[in-house]
Formats: sequence, structure tokens, C-alpha cells
Amino acid sequence: MTYSPEVRERLETDAKEIIGRYPKPRSALLPLLHLVQSVDGYVSDDGQEFCAEMLGLSKAEVVGVATFYTMYKRKPAGEYNVGVCINTLCAVMGGDQIWEELSEHVGVGHDETTEDGKITLERLECNAACDFAPVMMVNWEFFDNQTPESAKQLVDDLRAGKEVAPTRGPRRLCTFKEASRVLAGFPDGQAGEGPSAAGPSLEGLKIAKANGWEAPKAEGSEK
Amino acid sequence: MTTLTPVLTRNWDRADSFTIDGYGEYAAAKKALGMDPDAVIQTVKDSGLRGRGGAGFPTGMKWGFIPQGDGKPHYLVVNADESEPGTCKDIPLMMANPHALVEGVIIASYAIRANHAFIYIRGEVLHVIRRVQAAVREAYERGYLGSNIFGSGYDLELVVHSGAGAYICGEETALLDSLEGHRGQPRLKPPFPAVAGLYACPTVINNVESIASVPSIVANGADWFAGMGTEKSKGFGIFSLSGHVTRPGQYEAPLGITLRELLDMAGGIREGHQLKFWTPGGSSTPIFTAEHLDVPLDFESVGAKGSMLGTRALQIFDETTCVVRAVLRWTEFYAHESCGKCTPCREGTFWLKQVLKRLEKGQGSEEDLATITDIADNILGRSFCALGDGATSPIHSSVKLFRDEYLKHFEIGGCPFDPAASTVWGSK
Repeated sequence: MTYSPEVRERLETDAKEIIGRYPKPRSALLPLLHLVQSVDGYVSDDGQEFCAEMLGLSKAEVVGVATFYTMYKRKPAGEYNVGVCINTLCAVMGGDQIWEELSEHVGVGHDETTEDGKITLERLECNAACDFAPVMMVNWEFFDNQTPESAKQLVDDLRAGKEVAPTRGPRRLCTFKEASRVLAGFPDGQAGEGPSAAGPSLEGLKIAKANGWEAPKAEGSEK
Repeated sequence: MTTLTPVLTRNWDRADSFTIDGYGEYAAAKKALGMDPDAVIQTVKDSGLRGRGGAGFPTGMKWGFIPQGDGKPHYLVVNADESEPGTCKDIPLMMANPHALVEGVIIASYAIRANHAFIYIRGEVLHVIRRVQAAVREAYERGYLGSNIFGSGYDLELVVHSGAGAYICGEETALLDSLEGHRGQPRLKPPFPAVAGLYACPTVINNVESIASVPSIVANGADWFAGMGTEKSKGFGIFSLSGHVTRPGQYEAPLGITLRELLDMAGGIREGHQLKFWTPGGSSTPIFTAEHLDVPLDFESVGAKGSMLGTRALQIFDETTCVVRAVLRWTEFYAHESCGKCTPCREGTFWLKQVLKRLEKGQGSEEDLATITDIADNILGRSFCALGDGATSPIHSSVKLFRDEYLKHFEIGGCPFDPAASTVWGSK
């Protein structure tokens, strides 16, 4: 498989824009690999060759980088990359049970995709939302405070084509390819959706306000 | 009693906190660009701000290491690769208040005479990346980034760069390699990034929270910042409480607050349970127990008690939690994330994982405790970067504090704990 002339042209335009952001072209490699995933759903052979060509690298150099990072999929991934955090804190708070029940429910294991191509399951390391444990991520959007039931419902809804919203994120969950395009540095216009902060993120501020606690005033400041 | 001091978190309950309207007009950046760059560095030095990414290196001193008049481009790189288990402060900060970071980038870049800056964000947080991208775009539209900012003649380009899933890229030199388009593996130091960093040019790498704290220091003065915290650990920081606590979350307080004080605010350990062990600053910091509830959470006091303040990631575990299971899982993490560059870490974390798996299943022996301690001794101080050192913290501290619990596993031929009891729903 090679890219059709239209796809190739679009890829080249985007690639040139990405490369233009950096003082040295090779810095564009990570975003270029995200760009490839936004078209192919994984880092395809063609995609890696394309990156090599755009940056004047050997394909081996590109493959060497692509294989280092876990977000680059080596084989076609599902429309929804469903991750369950199994690092210590989330695991203890219920992530292990969520993973076991979800994996059995869906019938695939770590880094495996359902036959309908909808769902790839992944055991995730810490995703920096520990105060919302147990945490799941779908296409790198937050699904906070999960239970085995909510996790199975979530995946059933995704497979049934129902609209699903992250707990802290845009109104509509985007696909893996759409997410990859944002990661390549092409915003999708959804930054304004969703809350500024929610739940535990606001706990300290709420307590401070309830008690009238503030940082000291600067000397000579009005208020 | 220590009280909370919301500065970075102050506007998070505004629906528009992530926009310029919800943040403000970058008055601190405007003020800084009217100052001599060296005076900006001096202000940050005087404030006593120390790196909020874990190591606690004085920020102003780091900026002062950048050689001036050397004819080379200088770079500022923000380390937004927050991935240390338990650490969850920079992610909500960038989601709710990305302009504090962007304004800090302008001030820091100006101070070190950089015309190009990068924010390297871990890739697994899509909505956070959207928010930072949007904040940068807004700043460009207002003329706060780009050419001739505030008419000062100063130019700055700021690029938001997404990582691709590698904990090691939080190590500053691995981050630089990654940003240059390579596998993220740490570099030999010296030379330090201040001399040969990004593209072999002088580079400052700072954590998100460090940079986001800078506008408040410039606006309110070094004395204001230094008036909070302790003698050597000045200012405020975000403390992240997670785990078996009634109200987990982000608590912004002066350094030196204690876990007892924070737990009082957070409603204590979840009802009907007691504190068993906790990390003061993420999984790479040796664990503490209830004995350490009154240790002031500042760099010196936590260090004096044998751990590290790290990123103030307070992961709290109650008596239902098996410490061997917790340590095994952290160890699996380090083995997974080891970049493979140096032998002690690559092989050592892998071996630790194997032995701990056996121990957790109750198939180990007392000799295994000597083995994991010995392996950890051979990683600590001998690995290429801090990842390997970090991997030994849970091993050494847990064997020291909970030796009996390890022994219990092979006495009864299995884990004495019911994992269901420690889940969120298990306690109900």
C-alpha cells in the first residue's frame, strides 16, 4: 500500500508546517509520527518511510524512534484506545478489578483489538489523575472515578456507537485518529469545552474559600 | 496551624479560567520586560523558588548558569511530562490555568535571553494539550508572543510539543533527546544543559509549576514569595492527596505544612480505616508511615527523615493495602519504563520484578529479601539517571519498615490481604 496522491499531498502540506515550527527538522519526528497515526491509525510502514523521506533520515532511524514510545501503535489500532490505569494507586483503589472484569467482558487482552476494530485495550501506567482514582483513559481523554460496571458500560456504549463524553474534556469523544491529529499540533477547536477543573482538583480551593484563607497580600498592594 | 494559600489554583473555579479573560492581562510579563533581564533573574533568586519538579534545585540559580554574550541561541524548555506515579498537579494546572504557564515562559525566556521556547507535554492528556495550545494561540493573538512583545523589542516563539508515552522523558536530558527527535534516553552530564542542552546550546529546563509560579513572584515581589514556607524551602506548592483519603485532591499550601494538617482539611483517612503508609513525593521517594505525620513537608525536613519532598505527591494507603503488592506494581512500572541505556537499571529493575512477583505469591524465602536489597544497592548510585535510583526507593524503604509483612507472605504461602477490601467500593 502506498498513499494516494491526494493523501500524500495533504500529508506533505501538514508535515512541512510541522517541520517549520522547529529550529532543526528532526525535532518534528514525534509530531510527524502522530500525524501518520492520524491518517493510518498506527505507525504504518508507509508512514515511517514518509517520515524518513521528509526529514532526510533512514527508515531504520525512524523505526528506532517509533518503537521506543508506547503511544505509537505497531499494528492497526481500534477506533477507541481504552486504557485502564494499573499503576499502584489506581490498581489498589480498584483498577486491577476493573481491568480483569473489562478484559473478560470485551474478550481481548493488553494491546489487543476487538474484531470489529472498535476497541483496543491497554494496561496504562500512571496518567496523572491519581486524585480521581480509579482512572481510565479513552483516546487520551479522562474518564475519572470508574467502577467495573461503569467501565463495561462505557465500552458497550462505544461499540454500540452511542455518544460518550469524558468526565473532564470535550462534549464528544473523538476517535483515535482525530486525537492523533491534535497531538501532531493541529487543534480541533474543542479546547473551550468541558470544565476548567472538577471534583478533587477544586477541593483545596473550596476549603480555602470556606475558611477565608488566602495567600498573604503583597506589600503595598491595594487589596 | 498552617492554612492554604491558593495562588496558582486561585482561579480554577472560574468557568473561563483557561482563557485570557479568566486569567488576566499578563501584567507580570509586561513588568518583567521593562526590567533588565539580570534583575529578573535576581528577583527569582531572591524569592528562593526551588524547582517544583522534584529535585528542588534553585530556579534563579539555574537561570544564572546560562552563559551570556556567547553568540549562541538560548532555549527554555518546560518539562510538562508529568508521569511520576502519584504526581498529578501539573496536569490540572495546565488544564485550568495554562496562561500562568505561558506568562511564566515569557518572563523566564526573557531573563535567560531565549527567543525560542518549548512546552514538552506528555502525549496522554489530550484535553490538557488542547488547553495549552489554545492559550499559546491566544497569547500570540494578543501580541504577548511573537515579535516585539509589549513594544519592548523582545521576540519569542513558543512551541507546544506532545510526547508519545515514555516516563523517562521527564528526565531533563532524555527530554532534550526526545525533543530533538530521538529515543528518549538520558545524556551523560557534564556537560549540563545550561552549557550544552537543546541542539547543544545553552538551555534551561524547568517544571511547569516552577515556571507558573514566576509571574506571581514578579508581580508581588521576591519578599512576598519568600514570606511563605520555611527558611530554606520558600513559597507555596501544590500538594496532591490521593488514595484512601476522604477528600482527595489538590491543596495549595506553603512548603512545610504537614500531612496531619493536610489530612485534617481532607477529612482524614477514609472512614473506619487507619493510615498505613504514604509517599511524600511520588513513587520514587521512600515511603513513610503514621510515624511521619508531623514531618514538615519541606525539602530539608523530609530529607532528614530519609525520604524526599519530590513532587508533593501524597499517595495515601490504609491498613487494607498490601505493601508487597504496592511495591511490586511500582517495580513493574520502573522495569517497563527503564530506557535500557544502562545495565544496572535495565537488568536490575527486571530482576527486582521477578523476585517481587515470587514474593507476592508467597513463593519466596527470607533470602529473597537479601537479594532484592542487594540488587537495589547495585542500582542506587550506579545507574545513568535518577530513574534507577527512584526504583530502589520503594524497595529499601518497604523492606526496612515492613519486613514482617514480606515474611508473612511466605509463611502463609500467599498474600494475607484481600485486594477487594482496598478498592473504593470495597469499603462500602
